[in-house]
Amino acid sequence: MANYNSNEFKSGLKVMLEGDPCSMVDVEFVKPGKGQAFTRVRMKNLKTGRVWDRTFKSGESIEAADVMDLNMEYLYTDGEFWHFMLADGTFEQYGADLSAVGDCIKWLKEQEIYVVTLWNDAPIAVAAPNFVDLEVTETDPGLKGDTAQGGSKPAILATGATVRVPLFIEQGEFLKIDTRSGEYVSRA
Amino acid sequence: MLRLPKADISQHHQLHQLRNRAKVISQIRAFFAARDVLEVDTPVMSHYGVSDPHIDSIPVTFTPDGTSIGHSMYLMSSPEYAMKRLLAAGSGCIYQIAKAFRNGEAGRRHNPEFTLLEWYRLDFTLEQLMQEVANLIDIVLMDEVLEWHFWSYRQAFEEVLSINPLTASDDAIQAKALAHVDIQMDDSTPRDTWLDLLMSHCIEPQLPTACFIYDYPASQAALARTGIDEWGNKVARRFEVYVNGIELANGYHELTDAQEQEQRFALDNVARSAMSKVPMAADIRLVAALQAGLPECSGVALGVERLLMLASGEKDIAKVMAFNHHLA
Repeated sequence: MANYNSNEFKSGLKVMLEGDPCSMVDVEFVKPGKGQAFTRVRMKNLKTGRVWDRTFKSGESIEAADVMDLNMEYLYTDGEFWHFMLADGTFEQYGADLSAVGDCIKWLKEQEIYVVTLWNDAPIAVAAPNFVDLEVTETDPGLKGDTAQGGSKPAILATGATVRVPLFIEQGEFLKIDTRSGEYVSRA
Repeated sequence: MLRLPKADISQHHQLHQLRNRAKVISQIRAFFAARDVLEVDTPVMSHYGVSDPHIDSIPVTFTPDGTSIGHSMYLMSSPEYAMKRLLAAGSGCIYQIAKAFRNGEAGRRHNPEFTLLEWYRLDFTLEQLMQEVANLIDIVLMDEVLEWHFWSYRQAFEEVLSINPLTASDDAIQAKALAHVDIQMDDSTPRDTWLDLLMSHCIEPQLPTACFIYDYPASQAALARTGIDEWGNKVARRFEVYVNGIELANGYHELTDAQEQEQRFALDNVARSAMSKVPMAADIRLVAALQAGLPECSGVALGVERLLMLASGEKDIAKVMAFNHHLA
């Protein structure tokens, strides 16, 4: 792969650091009026999700990472791998293991489109869309007429995720969930 | 009437920043007029560039009419050399609002072309000049009442990192930096680079809102004279000003010794070649001016865009410029 020099650093750049693919979240040029220039980067390890500050000397270069974010449809799991298919009409399939799927496992729904991050052509991360519609599989019976603000109760969704929902929600209803906060938004 | 293409206005909805800039420039001129400091104007393009190992001049080629032979010249990284030549020629106290150029410097607080307010005060001590800098900043940032702190470089390191930057061993400085900053550097990295790392990453964010740092390590003297501090350590008679963690200005009790100036030019070039940078010829006109006699003085350079950023609360230098280097 190519190398990037510190003067080419910008947010979104994917690079290799200590053997792991990382993404630059934020880049800042730091230089005292009299003294050495540095480039300070908020770095995210794409495998572990760890975010930290890494500093580079001016002129330092690092290897680019062969990382791509692709839209893929979730198909099914065989228990070991979660299978996705490219949403570009090629029908090409990729199997992501549990470490790649990570927390997104709570929001995986068949036929939904996810962003799968490939490193050297293998999935290393899966990101859910901001909102997914999921069915309630288990919750206490709804309280008739209680549509006002106030109470909430736990509900288990088809994916196994548990969210707090208003008291009037019934089993079998479809709900719009914000996957970033894991919170109920509305009925779907 | 300022006319900009529509696209520029949509990208640059900061026309009010141009008015703010004009106001601050007029405040600066009034400040110095009241103190009888003469405004001067020195060349932006010069035969000599700065030798400071951490500052890169932008080279340009001048081709006289009728020839095809280009002369290498430089856009000035600061008007310092030229202003010192005026001081040596008997100008008295002077100031300049100058365009300055530095290669490679671009970021949220840096634009390769920027504005320096540089001024020199005859017979001023560094303390007197620090006070004058504080007075000027107070006038421009009049909405904020700043409580000024004056910390020595040593005190800043002791307060924030519990280490004495003047007496600690090279290994201790390096270990301190590596404990706080994730970076990979050779063991041969100079002590000052580790100190710069600690200063920019650990200390600047922890400084009081308005703070002068003075008495730098002698190795970071640049064009300041050196002296002995109250604990007997050799220090550079230099200061920097920080407001809200932003470095605003850099001042010196000016070096007047021509011989030492020549030695520093030579040392700069030793450092430059260690960094694989091209050596810069010593500005013989500056050395000649020092030989003729630079009067006792203190001088300071203040980043005008940085001051405008503070005055308007902007975090990005592009917001206080008509066009940053991408749009120039």
